Amino acid sequence: MHMFKTIFQSGVLPMVMKPVNPVGIVGWGGYIPRYRITVEEIARVWGKDPKRYKVGLLVDEKAIAGPDEDPATIAIEAAKNAVLRSNINVKDIGAVFTGSESKPYAVKPTGTVVAEVIGATPLVLAADFEFACKAGTEAFQCGMGLVASDMVKYSLAIGADVSQGAPGDDLEFTAAAGGAAFVIGRSGNDTVADIEASCSFVTDTPDFWRRQGQPYPRHGESFTGQPAYFRHVTSAAKMLMDQLGYKANEFNYAVFHQPNGKFPVRAANSLGFTMEKIKPGFLVSKIGNTYSGSSPLGLAAILDIAKPGERILVVSYGSGAGSDAFSITVKDGIDEKRWLAPFITDYIDRKSNVDYSTYIKWYRMIVTPSD
Amino acid sequence: MVSNDRNAVRLIRGVRKLRKVVVMGVGMTRLDQHFDKGIKELYEEAVLKALDDSGNPTVDHLYVSNAYADLVCDQADLGSLLLDYCGAGCSPITQIGGACGAGGCAISEGFKAVSSGQSDVVLIAGVEKVSDVVTKEATSISSLCEDQEYEASYGLTMAGINAMAARSYMQKYSATREQLALFAVQMHKNAVKNPYAYLPFEVTTDKVIESFPVADPLTFLDSSPLCDGSAAVVIGSVDSARKFTDCLVEMAGVAQSSDSVAVHERDSLLTMKSTVEAAKKAYEIAKVKPSDIDICEIHDAYTITGFIGLEDLSLVERGKAGIAIEEGTIAKDGKIPTNLSGGLKARGNPIGATGVYQIAEVTLQLRGEAEGTQVDSAEIGLTHNISGFGSTAVVGILRRLK
Amino acid sequence: MSSPRTWREMPQRYRLEGLKCEKCGTVTFPPRSTCPRCKSDNMNLYALPRIGKVLTYSLIHSVPEGFEFNVPYPVALIELEDGTKITAQLTDCDSSEITIGMPVEMSIRRIREAGQSGLIIYGYKFRPIVKKSENK
Repeated sequence: MHMFKTIFQSGVLPMVMKPVNPVGIVGWGGYIPRYRITVEEIARVWGKDPKRYKVGLLVDEKAIAGPDEDPATIAIEAAKNAVLRSNINVKDIGAVFTGSESKPYAVKPTGTVVAEVIGATPLVLAADFEFACKAGTEAFQCGMGLVASDMVKYSLAIGADVSQGAPGDDLEFTAAAGGAAFVIGRSGNDTVADIEASCSFVTDTPDFWRRQGQPYPRHGESFTGQPAYFRHVTSAAKMLMDQLGYKANEFNYAVFHQPNGKFPVRAANSLGFTMEKIKPGFLVSKIGNTYSGSSPLGLAAILDIAKPGERILVVSYGSGAGSDAFSITVKDGIDEKRWLAPFITDYIDRKSNVDYSTYIKWYRMIVTPSD
Repeated sequence: MVSNDRNAVRLIRGVRKLRKVVVMGVGMTRLDQHFDKGIKELYEEAVLKALDDSGNPTVDHLYVSNAYADLVCDQADLGSLLLDYCGAGCSPITQIGGACGAGGCAISEGFKAVSSGQSDVVLIAGVEKVSDVVTKEATSISSLCEDQEYEASYGLTMAGINAMAARSYMQKYSATREQLALFAVQMHKNAVKNPYAYLPFEVTTDKVIESFPVADPLTFLDSSPLCDGSAAVVIGSVDSARKFTDCLVEMAGVAQSSDSVAVHERDSLLTMKSTVEAAKKAYEIAKVKPSDIDICEIHDAYTITGFIGLEDLSLVERGKAGIAIEEGTIAKDGKIPTNLSGGLKARGNPIGATGVYQIAEVTLQLRGEAEGTQVDSAEIGLTHNISGFGSTAVVGILRRLK
Repeated sequence: MSSPRTWREMPQRYRLEGLKCEKCGTVTFPPRSTCPRCKSDNMNLYALPRIGKVLTYSLIHSVPEGFEFNVPYPVALIELEDGTKITAQLTDCDSSEITIGMPVEMSIRRIREAGQSGLIIYGYKFRPIVKKSENK
């Protein structure tokens, strides 16, 4: 039973990370590939009941990468949109951090490809982050730290994945492709949102994993719920809200990691957030779970429409396990920047459905003579 | 925008003729997938035929043109290998590359050697062996003549380049798919009686259009088949030639020009400046006009290449190749009989040997010895050989000696 | 695809970098150290525009080695906003959507990979322009 106690009950002092110098978001952007596969189509092949996913998980279809896309290309698209909105000299970006759990190379950074494409090299840090689905928000936290300490002028934090579930497994119905990126700078004239504080709640919880060399992950089914997702998400969120002294009704929006449609709604309700507040960042029904891109894309979708003065709660979740929570307040200047790149809804609306055989062909799940 | 006006570095003066050059003899192998013959055997067959046809002269210098033996046969240093196989080692031989225009370039080199007095008699042979590899490998290999970094590395093929030109051509000149197909129909018709042809059978426009797509809108039957073959010609000065044979055809003019490899650097996909320039010079040196040409062997790697070639050579009006073909202009009994051999399309495409085959074929026509494909009283013939999509062009003009 | 060759072409493949003649304004792509028009060697770094239109295209069915994966694929000759031309694959569109004159924008994609253990080559392709919401 000890696992289900919150940190407050176990006597640990709460910790919230507030940067010494205020930092904010200078620009944001996301990218979702054009292609979709419906839950019905996957269910058809595996003889499953689509209602289990449509109604049970609130997922209609998921976004999948085209045959020439991967987390690097997705990260690049998101980064370009963020840089466009930032309106900065790209050479002033001092760090490019890419978070993903589906890196194209086991050894060779994705970050260097992104940095080279956008023109931020050679005077730049480039590192790849990993922590299942929260790799993107970790990149975000480290980006904050480098900026707040004045070690770099701007950092670029990206979460992008082309995730894959084992054929026929429940995860196949939701594992999707997408990503979002944020340029972070010292709060000032060019920031359009302040990042007030962040906190993380991390334990060693084996809910979902993939061993080296294995093609697909494994998971603990319902163990991925309360001891994993809910414990970490609610603990991180509660700690942040308590320490900053905010109640749920003092946030205009909340976005949670979306492994499916049910978990984030339950988490939101338990924390006192209405559907109305999570709706603008709630993308999973239309695009599936973009893993490291999930809460970042949700945040990007909210920034696309948020007004100055509005407050956003972002809570990510990565299996293994941990949650990063952020409180972000929108400032003046956001309206001038939002029109400079496509909205997340523009990418959601840009879609073309494919069948299962096309999907597995593109995802190289068919052995060909060239292999 | 990149300009193609490169006057400051243009050094073209054409070939200045110093003494008259004649074709003394020719030899060709049949074109086919000669699984039983290697590159040495093919070369030897053509060379021995040519030497025999020219009265077995003493040869001062040899040239061999070839496109892809390095890759298909893993054999570089081809010249010495072939010569040694023929028992003629210790003679000077120059190997000439440059993809599908290698033959024309070799002809040009041989012509210059004789006309300048450096050599009295030279033997120029082209040879290609391509049937040892399967289609995908052949497609990759033939993509080598594209710009590797800006075309081939994006998966563009030679067929793709020609297909883009075909689409552009049809749109600009309101030409039809059927007109393009008619070119192939005419080529096949010509090849039926050519004993050297690879595909001596007729096709219909429907068959051409309905054959499987290679690069949309071009289909399999729009595309010339790569095949094995060797052709050789012996050329010399008039005085040297007459010591061995009386049957002579004059090489009235040979000219060469070039252009960028990458087609994105061209002003237009509907004309090849290299052909236009080479033709202009060749006509000038030979002192003939396009309307004087009685027969021609042009480079029809694809049906559209034939269209563009006819127009660039000023043999038909710009944009009107389709109409000209419909009206029978290029037929055997038309105004400008084209590719009586069947062209690359039906005689076959022996890549690096093509340019030499063309000289041999026109020579035989002018002599009245073109078995199966002869037309009456041809006096002046033209050959047109290009590399890739016109990165190099060589135009030759031959004249019957009276 | 060797390391040096892949690396050497990155400024062009990743960022469409060419050179522009300071004297006469001619753009060279690939970059040339001497202007082909006026012979000046005063050439400055120039990033080609990312937006253009399709001049002509073809669907490649008979493919070379390394391109068997997604057949047929469209290749187009594209005229960029400044008049420079470029050859590239088109992506994110069905072949039936492609028209001459279609506006397109550059997108970095996986071009090819050298087998399972070789390098992944990233580079430019062009796609129909992603519609942006408008500020009404």
